[in-house]
Amino acid sequence: MPFGPLPAAVPPSWYLTLSAILFALGVLGFLLRRNIITVFMSIELMLNAVNLSFVTFSYVLKRVDGHIFSFFVMVVAAAEAAVGLAIILTVFKNRQTLEIDEVSTLKN
Amino acid sequence: MDAILFMIFAAIAVICGINLVVQTHPISSALSLVGVMGALAALYLLLGGEFIAAAQLVVYAGAIMVLFVFVIMLLNAGAEKRPEIKPLGKYLGAPLLLVFLGMMAYWVERLMPPSSPVVFGAFQGGTAAEIGRSLFTVYLLPFEVTSVLILIAIIGAIVLARKEVD
Repeated sequence: MPFGPLPAAVPPSWYLTLSAILFALGVLGFLLRRNIITVFMSIELMLNAVNLSFVTFSYVLKRVDGHIFSFFVMVVAAAEAAVGLAIILTVFKNRQTLEIDEVSTLKN
Repeated sequence: MDAILFMIFAAIAVICGINLVVQTHPISSALSLVGVMGALAALYLLLGGEFIAAAQLVVYAGAIMVLFVFVIMLLNAGAEKRPEIKPLGKYLGAPLLLVFLGMMAYWVERLMPPSSPVVFGAFQGGTAAEIGRSLFTVYLLPFEVTSVLILIAIIGAIVLARKEVD
């Protein structure tokens, strides 16, 4: 990445780099956090980062397909959030905990 | 001007993203995620995605995050205990992450073909009309399958979250 005075407009690779940074932060949150809701939010952050990549490539290729994919990702994320939060509610009802380390029935 | 706007919103997104990871209380993380999504909506607008920017604000920052905040309130989720991190991870983690990000940025910069910088208004194909035309011609089958997916999600959420009546 060239250093120096800020250009008038940034190249698309900067958008992709931002997307990579946000994705890495999402992975970090997914691995480090212990609250099941925050882990879920980290997944949403990763989905958003991928969406930014889609829209950037759509700009580079001057085609609308990236936007369509991004739209589908949003729809799937909405469905996933509804089901995932219902699962979290059920887990909390049965276990009275949100710590992912304490929900380990399937371990071993 | 475009570069300044990109820098502002990229900084907001990264700071809110870091805040999401380091905050211990879920509600702080949720508000940080709203910040990330708002900043990303502005960046979509810079890239010419009017419809996606609006959908990002309405669907993500509106609907999904309200769902998250609602569940956090419902379950009365408190601050989580800090997991103890091994000293190896504590002192090597952040530098290794920075090296990884640097390498990734370098390769993205290297591998991208030289392309013209992002100028607001250079791509006009992201309007609702264009997306609708594409969605109902080329992507008609995925669109219809998505409606089935949503139906399954609705039924699944109801079945999972209902009170058991014996």
